[in-house]
Amino acid sequence: MTEFSTAGYLTMDLLRFTTAGSVDDGKSTLIGRLLYDSKSIFEDQYEAIRATSEKRGEEYVNLALLTDGLRAEREQGITIDVAYRYFATPKRKFIIADTPGHIQYTRNMVTGASSANAAIILIDARKGVIEQTMRHTYIASLLRIPHLIVCVNKMDLVEYKEDVFKKIKNDYTAFANKLEINDVHFLPISALKGDNVVEASKNMDWYKGNTLMYLLENIKIENDINHSDARFPVQYVIRPMSTEHHDYRGYAGRIAAGVFKKGDAITVLPSGHASKIKSIDLLDNSLEEAFAPMSVTFTLENEIDISRGDMIVKTDNQPEVTQEIDVMICWLAEKQLHVNGKYSLKHTTKDVRCIIKEIQYKININTLEKVEDDKNITLNDIARISIKTTSPIVVDKYSKNRNTGSIILIDEATNITVGAGMII
Amino acid sequence: MKNHTLTHLKELESESIFVLRELAAQFEKPALLFSGGKDSIVCFHLARKAFAPSKIPFPLVHVDTGHNFEETITFRDELAKKYGAQLIVGSVQQSIDEGKAIEEKGFSASRNILQTVTLLETIEKYKFDACIGGARRDEEKARAKERFFSHRDEFGQWDPKNQRPELWNLFNGRKHVAEHFRIFPISNWTEMDVWQYILQENIEIPSIYFTHERECFVRDGVIYAHSHVIPLKPNEKVEKMQVRFRTIGDISCTGAVLSKATTLEEIVEEVASTRVTERGSRIDDKRSEAAMEDRKKAGYF
Repeated sequence: MTEFSTAGYLTMDLLRFTTAGSVDDGKSTLIGRLLYDSKSIFEDQYEAIRATSEKRGEEYVNLALLTDGLRAEREQGITIDVAYRYFATPKRKFIIADTPGHIQYTRNMVTGASSANAAIILIDARKGVIEQTMRHTYIASLLRIPHLIVCVNKMDLVEYKEDVFKKIKNDYTAFANKLEINDVHFLPISALKGDNVVEASKNMDWYKGNTLMYLLENIKIENDINHSDARFPVQYVIRPMSTEHHDYRGYAGRIAAGVFKKGDAITVLPSGHASKIKSIDLLDNSLEEAFAPMSVTFTLENEIDISRGDMIVKTDNQPEVTQEIDVMICWLAEKQLHVNGKYSLKHTTKDVRCIIKEIQYKININTLEKVEDDKNITLNDIARISIKTTSPIVVDKYSKNRNTGSIILIDEATNITVGAGMII
Repeated sequence: MKNHTLTHLKELESESIFVLRELAAQFEKPALLFSGGKDSIVCFHLARKAFAPSKIPFPLVHVDTGHNFEETITFRDELAKKYGAQLIVGSVQQSIDEGKAIEEKGFSASRNILQTVTLLETIEKYKFDACIGGARRDEEKARAKERFFSHRDEFGQWDPKNQRPELWNLFNGRKHVAEHFRIFPISNWTEMDVWQYILQENIEIPSIYFTHERECFVRDGVIYAHSHVIPLKPNEKVEKMQVRFRTIGDISCTGAVLSKATTLEEIVEEVASTRVTERGSRIDDKRSEAAMEDRKKAGYF
């Protein structure tokens, strides 16, 4: 905090990451370590966990207690839900989606992963690459998290040996090569002792790479967003109906990808009407250009009928308008997915109804094999399905754009979100 | 190529505006819970940005414990007037007078918990189906697990074990009759972000956030404002201190901090160097380890 300066704070960017590990991989300790070593812990918080550690007769101040959650969780000794944690260094602000390792792992990890720039995958140095590691990696690749950081933790318990780290790295690479992963980093660490987390380790001089904090602070994230295919899902129509702004008709939304400039030729989908951007507004400011993920308001040269759920795109770069999509679906509910079942579907700002036409295959999440004869899709399952919607939606492939390529399915009887899908 | 990266404050602002517009699109009768504290002031400012040049499409609702700082009430009224916002006040005193809430007794009596009764009554009376709150996930461990769109059953209760997963930018606000939602647009902001944003946007805030001389007394290490609301114990003595408030709640449960900060820049510096949590001065959280969790389950903010 000594390096704090207001000017610096105002130019920082934001990195969202998720952490994945199985039970006892030291995930809570690692998060506690990042929070503590970045001086994001307040004295009263530290005092509270110090007292608890002492009461329990623990040898160290147990940093894992910093991420302790709800009473129900403490009583049952489990983590129920995704918790969000925050810290900042002079370079960046960080948001951690802290997802529980055990029960409902897929549902929670998918939730945390959906908005993450990076994922930390923890591996216990004594256990090496296990089934959980492969599952977490698969989900990270499925959700297209742009950067993976594989931390081989508990190096202190294997005498900081290089060959242990190397073997795990090789095993992991052999597996990960089968998946679509762009950017992966490996680090030997000890979250408990602090090796290579914030401070470079004195116990592993064979490791010449960066610390975890250095990576988090320096990973390039500007290309994590699609800057080329301009997409603007209309969220809300602003009509002030006041004397001063009598004819104002603004289309409010958050740019899902790309850059829009004043004067750009645009097309409204699915209707196909064309116009030009007259102004890009945000409160008292008028902007020359706006880009993802900015929330702005467009006004157009022509008066055309546009409502929530429509998408404004540049005329020379248009997405697909369709009523039939194939998606990889992660099922989030106990209640099974039904072929011919009808659901409410949410895609960008559009709500439609849909019917499940076919379950093509289920993924065996441990072997990554496609299982075609198992159509029983329940909580935490991942499957490829075909969907037909009641009216057209304007889509990109998820691999091209996470915002215009993702959907959720909602059970119409319970109103619960039951599925998360990525358009293929 | 030009750099198309947002600063973290701009990205948070954009996310919050998105959430507010989703709320306006998905609900029929929303309201903004407005305490006059900095977090609800930031929410109000974001709402102005989200819907300009229209006025904000929902009223401000204040649950008034009757134990508020005078400066907060004046600020609230002036703000509503300046921007032409509708203001609805739910009175805890009235809930007490009508026998729906029972006043706590003793030296540490507070009306904090009673707010839930008045809040739920106000929601019912005006048939609000979504209430915007300025709660942040960094404040408290129960809040760390909140959603942007937080579902409440017909009794206003929060069920932390059964929350809807929130993925990408897709917010599910569907509900059955009589259920409602709490919407938290600044979930991802920290105390520092809020202050930096107030500074960056030059947002007006109540005077008691800045240092001033006030009659105070100390109890259990907390500096309290002296007022008729908190009876003094025999050994407690009132003295003039140079203080400001880091959070604004009820007089009975908001502690002050010694401070010399007279400008927003100085407050930001003070926040940067402070080593104690913001809610450390909130007596309402100190009642038990799960105080916030329990209040939230019962329908609190």
